[in-house]
This record gives sequence, C-alpha cells and structure tokens, in this order.
Amino acid sequence: MNAQATASHIGTTAPASNLLLAVDGVTVDFDGFKALNGFSLTLDRGTLRVLIGPNGAGKSTLCDTIIGRVRATSGRVIFKGQDITHLPEHEIVRRGVCRKFQTPGVLPGLSVVDNLMIAARRDRRWWCSFQRGAAAEEGARVAEILETTGLADRGRVPAGTLAHGEKQWLEIGMVVATRADLLLLDEPTAGMGPAETSQTAALIRRLVGQHTVLVIDHDMSFLEQLDARVTVMHQGQFLKEGSVAAIRGDPDVAAVYLGRAKEDGHHG
Amino acid sequence: MDMSMRKDTPLSRPLAGITLGRPLTLSLAVVVLGALAPWLVSAYELNLLARFLAMALLAMGLVLVWGQGGVLSLGQGVFFGLGGYAIAMHMKLAALGDGELPDFMVWSGLDALPWWWVPFKSPAVALLGVVLVPGVLAALFSWAVFRRRVGGVYFALITQALALAFATLLISQQPSTGGFNGLTDFQTVMGMDLGTPGAARGLYWLTLALVVAVFLGLRVLMASRYGTLLRAIRDGENRIRFLGYDPTPFKVVAFTIGGALAGLAGALFTLHAGVVSPALVGVVPSIEMVIWVAVGGRNSLAGAIAGTLAVNLAKDGVSSAFPDLWLYALGLVFVLVVTLLPGGLAGLVTDAGGTGLGKRLQSLVVGETK
Repeated sequence: MNAQATASHIGTTAPASNLLLAVDGVTVDFDGFKALNGFSLTLDRGTLRVLIGPNGAGKSTLCDTIIGRVRATSGRVIFKGQDITHLPEHEIVRRGVCRKFQTPGVLPGLSVVDNLMIAARRDRRWWCSFQRGAAAEEGARVAEILETTGLADRGRVPAGTLAHGEKQWLEIGMVVATRADLLLLDEPTAGMGPAETSQTAALIRRLVGQHTVLVIDHDMSFLEQLDARVTVMHQGQFLKEGSVAAIRGDPDVAAVYLGRAKEDGHHG
Repeated sequence: MDMSMRKDTPLSRPLAGITLGRPLTLSLAVVVLGALAPWLVSAYELNLLARFLAMALLAMGLVLVWGQGGVLSLGQGVFFGLGGYAIAMHMKLAALGDGELPDFMVWSGLDALPWWWVPFKSPAVALLGVVLVPGVLAALFSWAVFRRRVGGVYFALITQALALAFATLLISQQPSTGGFNGLTDFQTVMGMDLGTPGAARGLYWLTLALVVAVFLGLRVLMASRYGTLLRAIRDGENRIRFLGYDPTPFKVVAFTIGGALAGLAGALFTLHAGVVSPALVGVVPSIEMVIWVAVGGRNSLAGAIAGTLAVNLAKDGVSSAFPDLWLYALGLVFVLVVTLLPGGLAGLVTDAGGTGLGKRLQSLVVGETK
C-alpha cells in the first residue's frame, strides 16, 4: 500500500559515501505469496536499526534475502557497493554480513570456545582447516568476546548444555567474532527474562559503531532500551520509519502492529 | 575428545587433545599381541584375522564419514570392490604370458583384453589404482551430490542404489569381469608366491601395520581443525554455512578418504581371501559394513575395529553352524545396538555414549538413580 512512499524514502535518504547496505525494491514470491513486496531499506555504516512488524510482515524473510538463504524474485541487495543478490551464502558472509538466527544456532557438540574459534577464523577456505594453530589475534578476539558475553567461565562446556539465554549470547558472540560489518540479529531476546533482555540491549549498544546492526524484535521495552531508529514493515512492504517514540505514537503503526504488541507485551 | 585451545597453551602442539597414557599402554599391548598372532593362532584363524583387519580399514573410514561427518553411506561396498578388483585384475594379468587372456575371457569368447584392463598390467598402476580409483570416484560422486545439498536419507538411498548398480554391472559384464564368480585363483602378487605361509604372515603384518597407521592418521585428522569443522557441519550445516564456510568440500574430503580406505581394504581382503566377487560388494555387504561400525561405535576408531572383528567373528561362527540364521541375527544385533547402545561398544567404555546402555549399566552397578 505504500510503494510510492518506499520509493521516495529511498530516493531522499541515501548518502552514497557512508552507505553500507541497500536493499533495492526486493520482492520475494513464495508461489504467489509475496513475503517481500518491492521492499527497500538502506543502512549507513556504524548505525543501529530496529525492524518491527506483525507476524508475517517479512522481517525474517528480509534477513534471509540479505544473507542469501532466500533468493529475491526481483530487486537487488547491494552491500559495500557490490551486488550480492546472487552470491552463494558463504560468499556473502565472507564479504562481511553475519546473521543470528531466531532459534539459537550454536553447535551443541562443540565447546563454547570451539564455537567462537570457528566463527573467529579469518581464512574459511577448506584447505586452510588442515593448518595447525590459530592466529594469536583470533585467540585474543575469542577471549575478549567470552568476557563481553559473560561466558568466560563457561568456555570449556559443550554449547548444547548452556542455558537458553547463554546460547543466545553465544550466538551473538559468534556473529560478532566473524568481524562482519553488518550484523543481522533475529529476535536476540527471544525467551529471555527482563534482566537478560537489558543486558542484551547493553551488549548490542556496545557493538554499534564498530558494526552496523539490524535487529528484529517484538519486545517494546527492549526497543526502548535500544533507542534506535525503527523501521516498520507490514505485509512485505515499508510502512514507517522513525524514533521509538514517534513510532509508538503513529496511528498507522498502531493500527497494524502496536495494539497487538501491547497486548502481547505482558507475556513476552 | 577435547581439542579446543586454552589461552595459555601453545596452539600448535601436533597431537594436541589426543589422550595418551592408559589407552596408549593398552593400544600398544593390543598391537604387540596382534603382531605375535602368527605364532599364537592357526593358519586358518590368521587368515580370518587378516581379512577382518582389512575390513577394519574400511570401518575406520566410516567413522570419519558417518560418525564425524554425519554422512551415512550404504554404498561402501562399491569402493571396497573397486580396490579389490584393481588388485585382482593385476594378479590375473601378472600370471599370463604375452598375448594370453585370463581363462574366463577365453571361455567367454573374447579375443582381446578390454582396454580398461590394460593399465593394470603395471604393478604401479594397480597399487595406485587400489586407492586412487575408489578415491577419485568417491570424490566426484560426493561432490556432485553434496553441492546439490542432497544429504541424510536421500544420500544414503543414492549410495545404496550405487551399490546395487555396481554389483549388477559386474554380473552383467561377465566376459570382462568374471560375472557372478568374480575373479579368483591367484598365484602370485608382486612376485611373491601367495600359497606359502611366509606370504600369509607378510600380508597379515602389512595389514596390521596399515591398520595402525590409518588409526593414527585419522586420529590426528579428527583432532585437527578440519575434524572440528566436520563435526560442526554434522551438527549444524546451516550455521557453519552462515559463518562463511562452504560445507561441501569438507564433506567431500571425508567421503573421499572413506572411499580410498574402503579400496585399500578391498585390495587387502582380496589378497587374504583369494577372491573378489559381486557378492562382496553389493547392497547387503554394504549394509553389513555400516553395522560393524554401529556395533563398535561410530565415533570411535578403536570401536570400529572392535566392532568389525566382533561382528565378523560372530558371522563366521553363526553362519557356519546355521547359515540361514545369520542375516536375522545381524538384524537383531543392529536393532539392539541402535535402541540400547547408540554409542556402540565404545559407548560402554567411554562417557561418549552417555545416554546409552553404558550409563544405565554404570548406574545399575554404582547404584545411582537419575
């Protein structure tokens, strides 16, 4: 319903110099159902953006499309000025995009440290896996991430035995360990209590600047703690963009989303 | 096995993470006992042991492919057969004079050697072919399948179809393959008379030495970063892909090593058994190979060797007394292992099979309830 608004929005706010990611009119068509419908979005380097929208709005599909898990039917994804729409997934990741999945995607059989070491590895070509040892820099980075994610004393345990919140932090840590410029965090606070949610918000705010971060989440208190610009999606299209406060007060957004989110907020 | 790296330990220790000590003493004792076997057992028993140890090479390959890589292959018989036929073709040709053909070709009315037999006249080609033919086929096949992201049950079914096709092809091409009877009646290999007790001992020791070498080599490989990544791909292929790794080559390398080891096993088995035939390479033998490893423990190299020896000793006993019962017995063993002992025999010894019978037995004995 807001195709024109989307187009004009892209046209007016895209300073090319600082641009990291441009999703340009992407449509994803699942057998007639348009999960994304001419959606556009730009992200500048070092910024934090929150993406909200009711279930089925296309938020996860957008992340899937950026990372290559789902292919755009039409439109382009431009990252660092290059078209990555049709690259293999691992190639997209090597260029500096990494994603945290909705359900924690840690490797359960490996220790926490091994999970992070795999993520921190600079050279991910297969024949390099026969080399012994790791760069000191990679070890230092893993040690640092163990500290920032509060997993320092859990380094030796299998990741599968971590508590749910710890798994979420470990996966955020893995995504950070790849040194990706763009971090896609899909529901990073799913299943977390209020205290853990606050810690996660603080963790994400520390990442901004060094990384560009796109967060998908439903939890309004979490969004307020992140205090970032919010993009609202609805039915695969752009609906609104603004500060958390502006979005909260927006009647269009309330109509499609916030009313429901407020009710859900008590449970989430 | 814990092979992650602490900050304070050097990261480049070659065998980092491999547990030595008591297991080392035990392993050494087993190897020494194995080396003395020619003086401890009868010639017949030595021949059986040699065959089973050859099969253990294949089983260790399956630990890498299935246990570590999570890729179930029901077609290892194909690679076993390729290795076996490679050495058998050489032995058939080496026994001939100039211009002569192997006897079964003459009986089938062939008047010239098929072109693909010709290179195997050379001992070097035959020896390399034992490993390279199955290895290259395994690499091409697995690359073609894995890059299309076919895995799991579908991959297992494709490998089973491959085994069926291979056995059928061998039988149908009777004039150039020996058909159902396969290739047999070998006299010499590399100038050594196969009939002597010395040759039997030598081939046995060669097999034992290769088992030890492959065991150590695979342990180092499994402890390397490659091994860690292979297990990581088994547990979460997508997570690894979205960390910037391409899972395909990791799995292809494992499958190729598994195929090459199966070929080596097939060649040694053919030397010990004096025959290679379609009955050894088709669907049923391929499934039996998986059962050896399931019984032994698919993540344990030592378990795979033990499982291979145990299942084949049992087969020798059961099938000579009750030939009709063997397959039922094997099926029963497989069901019991899968339901009660997912870690296999190795799970009884280590905590790796923590959820299985081992733990249950432990808790029964120790009296813990949990």
